[in-house]
Amino acid sequence: MSKCETGKERTGGEIKKYITTSPEETEALGKEVSGVLQRGDIVALVGELGGGKTCFVRGLARGLGLRDHVKSPSFNVLNIYDTAMDGRKALPLYHMDLYRLTGEGDFFEAGLEEYIYSQGVSVIEWADKLNSVIKNSAFVLRFTYIDENRREIILEIRDSERSGGNV
Amino acid sequence: MLVLGIESSCDDTAAAVVKDGREIRSSVVSSQDFIHSKYGGVVPELASRRHIEAIIPVVEEGLGVAGVTMDEIDGIAVTKGPGLVGSILIGLSFAKALGYARKIPLTGVNHILAHPFAAFLSEKDAPPAAAPRFPAVALVVSGGHTTLIRMDTYLEYEVIGRTIDDAAGEAFDKSAKLLGIPYPGGPAMNRLAEKGRRDAFAFTRPYLKKGSLDFSFSGIKTAVLRHVNTLKDSNALDETAIEDLSASFQEAVVDVLLRKALWALEVSDTPDLIIAGGVACNSRLRERALELGEDKGLNITIPDKKLCGDNAAFVAGAGYWRLKDGLTEGLELNAIPSFF
Repeated sequence: MSKCETGKERTGGEIKKYITTSPEETEALGKEVSGVLQRGDIVALVGELGGGKTCFVRGLARGLGLRDHVKSPSFNVLNIYDTAMDGRKALPLYHMDLYRLTGEGDFFEAGLEEYIYSQGVSVIEWADKLNSVIKNSAFVLRFTYIDENRREIILEIRDSERSGGNV
Repeated sequence: MLVLGIESSCDDTAAAVVKDGREIRSSVVSSQDFIHSKYGGVVPELASRRHIEAIIPVVEEGLGVAGVTMDEIDGIAVTKGPGLVGSILIGLSFAKALGYARKIPLTGVNHILAHPFAAFLSEKDAPPAAAPRFPAVALVVSGGHTTLIRMDTYLEYEVIGRTIDDAAGEAFDKSAKLLGIPYPGGPAMNRLAEKGRRDAFAFTRPYLKKGSLDFSFSGIKTAVLRHVNTLKDSNALDETAIEDLSASFQEAVVDVLLRKALWALEVSDTPDLIIAGGVACNSRLRERALELGEDKGLNITIPDKKLCGDNAAFVAGAGYWRLKDGLTEGLELNAIPSFF
């Protein structure tokens, strides 16, 4: 895997491409991204089934200090994790999945925008279902299945400031 | 004791009247046709607004079918979670208001822990369900959950296993999607699988480490994707291939579910197993579970298919034991988004 070079600096408009060659590498990328997340950030995930989204979120959650497993939010639409960390301020993780939503209306009626405005980090799977979610995301990651082990992951840093404005 | 059950944690709004935790007097689910027509024929989905539209007609229908009025209801049981808070709150707030206004005891019920109580229910005038004994192991398997629970009594339990990523039903729905079947495609995949060969495609059984009671179904969905891609490359993704792939996939999932259930029975030192939740409608799981029960001399209870999916009868069933034990709640009762 090419090294994630974002560090603590986040420059808007940057696009990076990664080829991971194992689930562990995809997880490691998630962990790296977690290191630059700020309160109120939206991380948008786009890509077909089997693209590596689950592994990525697992790594990201570990990076935020979550010890519990990250369950798929497809059915529930939203899973909430309090990622209390020793000696570091905790960022609650809101793990959403828009797979079952039929439109913008569903998003509001399900009360999901309340979480985006709140104090945590929102990781949103199938984010391309709603343009407004992509537009307000700090990071957009696009996952593509190449073969059994390899995944292409394109990371777009959309804004160096915290985002999470009007969705 | 007549308990009114109310459920709004999932896609459906539901109400039921159950006597003494055993006898179903009514069980109404908003997706049913007759209740549909009462509020405009909208299929309820995620949105809380649709639960709001459905809650009053559904509860009225539940009471009506049971032939009772609120005066005859001794207690109210309502799902407090887990699920989408906006949806749960509709049923919960309604139940709290109703209980408060009519001075009827109220209790909150965990949806996942309530599923196995379907095993104790039977229709009015039908012979009583062959109730499992305690301790029992419950495998709750649905689109949102795959959980093993050791039930020591009607009120005491311990969660001994759960999925670390996708639920089994979700693996079905997502694999179906990869085969071009629209969401939720699990039941359709089950029908296709009945015509397919179970050994046509190789699937690794994700047991995690030996003896582990946790589940992982995320990888098996990726395995389906791999087979689909290979078939597409050679232009061989035809009807027969889809049936074979469905059958092989389903066999792998059922193997894992039953193996883990067996391990759970072993560590819990009991022959009593309950299988509940929407995936308990899967014909192959039912067939294999019954075979297993005969082979190993186990007492396996799988509720009627219509009681396996989400409904309020099992909510009333679980709530009965809480109410009977004086475990009531007031207006402070709140929704729980996650399992605990």
